[in-house]
Amino acid sequence: MDFMLTEQHKMMKKLFVEFAEKDVKPLAAEIDEEERFPRENVEKMRECKMLGIPYPRKYGGAGADYLSYILAVEEISKKCGTTGVVLSAHTSLGTWPIFQFGTEEQKEKYLPDLCTGKKLAAFGLTEPNAGTDAAGQQTTAVKDGDDYILNGTKIFITNAGEADVYIIFAMTDKTKGTHGISAFIVEKGMPGFSIGLHEKKLGIRGSATSELIFNNVRLSKDHLLGQEGKGFKIAMMTLDGGRIGIAAQALGIAQGAIDEVVPYVKSRKQFGRAISKFQNTQFQLADMQVKVDAARLLVYQAAMAKENGLPYSYYAAEAKLFASEVAMEVTTKAIQLMGGYGYTRDYPVERMFRDAKITEIYEGTSEVQRMVVSGQMLK
Amino acid sequence: MKIIVLVKQVPDSTEIRVDKVTGTLIRAGVPSIINPDDLAGVEEALKIKETTPDVKVTVVSMGPPQAKDMLKELYARGVDECVLISDRAFAGADTCATSSTLAAAIEKIGYDFIIAGRQAIDGDTAQVGPQTAERLNIPQVTYVDQFIKVTEDKLTVRKSLEETEEIIEVKLPCLLTTLSGMNTPRYMNCNDIVDSFSKEVKVMTFADLDIPKEKVGLAGSPTKVHKTFTKDVTAETETYDLPAEEAAKLIAKTLKEKQIITK
Amino acid sequence: MAKFEGYKDIYVFVEQRNGVIANVGYELISEARKLVASIPSMGFQVVGVLLGHNIKDQAKDVIAHGADKVIVCDHELLEGYSTQFYADALTQIIEEFKPDSFLTGATVLGRDLAPRVAARLDAGLTADATKIEIDLTKVEDGEALLLVTRPTFGGNLFGTIVCPNTRPQMATIRPNVFGMDPADESRTGEIVEFAPKFEDTDAKVVVKEEIKKVVEGIDITKCDILVGAGRGAEGCLDMVKAVAEELGGAMCASRAVVEDGFADKDVQVGQTGKTVRPSLYIACGISGACQHVAGMDKSDMIIAINRDPQADIFSIANMGFVGDVNEILPLLKEEIIAAKKA
Repeated sequence: MDFMLTEQHKMMKKLFVEFAEKDVKPLAAEIDEEERFPRENVEKMRECKMLGIPYPRKYGGAGADYLSYILAVEEISKKCGTTGVVLSAHTSLGTWPIFQFGTEEQKEKYLPDLCTGKKLAAFGLTEPNAGTDAAGQQTTAVKDGDDYILNGTKIFITNAGEADVYIIFAMTDKTKGTHGISAFIVEKGMPGFSIGLHEKKLGIRGSATSELIFNNVRLSKDHLLGQEGKGFKIAMMTLDGGRIGIAAQALGIAQGAIDEVVPYVKSRKQFGRAISKFQNTQFQLADMQVKVDAARLLVYQAAMAKENGLPYSYYAAEAKLFASEVAMEVTTKAIQLMGGYGYTRDYPVERMFRDAKITEIYEGTSEVQRMVVSGQMLK
Repeated sequence: MKIIVLVKQVPDSTEIRVDKVTGTLIRAGVPSIINPDDLAGVEEALKIKETTPDVKVTVVSMGPPQAKDMLKELYARGVDECVLISDRAFAGADTCATSSTLAAAIEKIGYDFIIAGRQAIDGDTAQVGPQTAERLNIPQVTYVDQFIKVTEDKLTVRKSLEETEEIIEVKLPCLLTTLSGMNTPRYMNCNDIVDSFSKEVKVMTFADLDIPKEKVGLAGSPTKVHKTFTKDVTAETETYDLPAEEAAKLIAKTLKEKQIITK
Repeated sequence: MAKFEGYKDIYVFVEQRNGVIANVGYELISEARKLVASIPSMGFQVVGVLLGHNIKDQAKDVIAHGADKVIVCDHELLEGYSTQFYADALTQIIEEFKPDSFLTGATVLGRDLAPRVAARLDAGLTADATKIEIDLTKVEDGEALLLVTRPTFGGNLFGTIVCPNTRPQMATIRPNVFGMDPADESRTGEIVEFAPKFEDTDAKVVVKEEIKKVVEGIDITKCDILVGAGRGAEGCLDMVKAVAEELGGAMCASRAVVEDGFADKDVQVGQTGKTVRPSLYIACGISGACQHVAGMDKSDMIIAINRDPQADIFSIANMGFVGDVNEILPLLKEEIIAAKKA
């Protein structure tokens, strides 16, 4: 199933598989158990130049394509969903808006550090009262001379505290609704910017998810990303791309669960024979793999659409909707096939099951994806 | 400074299984890998390149044209140049002929010192390194597990023996053989992967080397394979319910037969 | 009429460090005696080659261990091992005395020296042999062709190698493969002194310092022989360890034993531990839960000892023994010691 992959993709994949197996896998249970950010993995990804895969060499990126980056998220997520989302949030939510909407000065200032992994990036849109309805932003950026004064709170922010660069959305003109939202680049350590409550989560427990608190943070105008009032569009376009990353994460988690369950059913004996000899096991496995393969086609299709400059909002929504629901279904079945053992922390499928759930929620819930897909159909 | 690293593409012997019914090696689907001791040598060379100015790392391999893929992967790890010595004339070479061929190519390429893996996991001979050094008439240090100091005219290394370690100084030019486990070889990296597709693996054939035909390939190989066979495998599972004394005797007898108990 | 005019006898390199002769030289001499005895018509002798400084006195010991003749090369440049000077001296000895076969121990030293000498002579060298015979069908033609068998592909395949067209036939042989006959002080033999000529006496390699190795923890994934302890063996872990040591292997454990605090996590085999694939795995008191089996079922040979005849471990073991490890292991240890001596 790699007819889309070039020789270069295959070599990239070989690197990702090796890294995932040798570094990510041995740490996965520990960072989940301890709810600890996988800094070791980030450091290794930095060494392997994996933190700027789709960005040009002149900004410190690898100069590879979007599908190469998607392959990285997929392979890593097979072993650890947490590390997968760290890479995804950094690359497509944190770094991409600067690459796409930044001025040349902003690109030169931020991208080299982000693409080489010297710094990590994050994306702050969600608020206590602005989830799926992102237009309801209550964070404000009020003009003060040439500067803006940022006030408000963001929640559920991936890589919070670990990241050095944050893309933050705030109301610059409340009267204009979504057209009054602007995007800003906020740096860790700015006076008035602090990290709030650390969330305790069901899954991806090693991922740092926290509040961002802005208390009179003064931003000079060179921190404005894109034009004033274009923030909502920047957010939506960024999420379109981010969704492909999350779809790849879901795909990886699902395939990772199958990869665990296959050797298990071959060795586990009940009623005098391996449970892989029972037709129920065989049919379950077939259904699981067919769905994962279908999800993979959708995910790669979305990545290629983005790479080739085609409109990808629809493909990204399809891919994320399907891959995340497949991840949930496949991890559920994987536990069922492994029975009591699957439910214990001796085996990684229960973690994969917990990690899968979030893929149906963040960067647009499954309901939002259905809105995007049907919206396109009924246009 | 020019460092040459000798590498070999080998079947991953940990993946090779014996067919318990036919008693033959199952080679299908066994991945090819870079020989571990050689990869440790590549890593040492790259480490030296990072800390020493003007180092060029050239990887040299002798093998079939398919070995190019492995060499591309070494570009993706950051080496400067890859050379594949490949010709039908070299087929069937034992270590004697291989070392003659490698030495002839190395003379053409030029070097300050050479790193070779101690031994390859398919043949396990550990002979190609020392024999290449002999052909080039340069000193050797085998079983090196640490590079301590690199200067323009000499190296300080640590050699791992059975029960001791030796700190050794060796004059350049020289050849060293390295042990896997002395380092953790770096991964490929995304930048060098992208760049590797615009780099060529240089191929040297028999015609490119100044070496007589009778020194290479089968003709240049004094050793011949008389026969090969796989070790006996127990195909069946057998469970015995014996008194403890007899059980212990049977286990020891079996281990003796299988040459697990020697001497 | 001999096929290789002037080449005769089986030579053995007698390795010494600081005047102490390594056993492997004597093991090879003992084996060479058997080879020579298998071809009486050739009239071959076993010749030891001893290089070093102030080592002449040791020659008698080499004869006592079975050599008919010892060539002693005593020179101050040969005091400590040096590839350069040893290779020079040994090549000259071979050129002078023309051995039909030349055997060296496959030690770090032997594997450094033998290839270098073989390359200089363009002689065939077979590495790391585990078995040596002479092709008796060739003896009537006056040829003592060595059949040298060695493992390849990580021990999965054996190859028998010959050198039909060149002399000497060289091989390195692993230590401990052959038994060593006891010394017989009454044996007599010839001692020949050989003076090497070194063209270049400037040492290219200098040993600055020698350090004793510190033994660290064992990496069970690199062990060729493992004896695994399960909950059923928690009462006799010393014995599990003793059996492992007798076999030159190491002890490992199931998760239960580790969690019960009887073994380190480092040696845990299984899904949540390490995956091992040794040549031999002896499972002691291990039931064979998937958890454990996933980490060791690729072992080449599995022997299981368990009290419960229904234990799952028996379904993957090549040999299963229904019994109490507490009883069997001490007996097994004695049997292994006895088998080694036999």
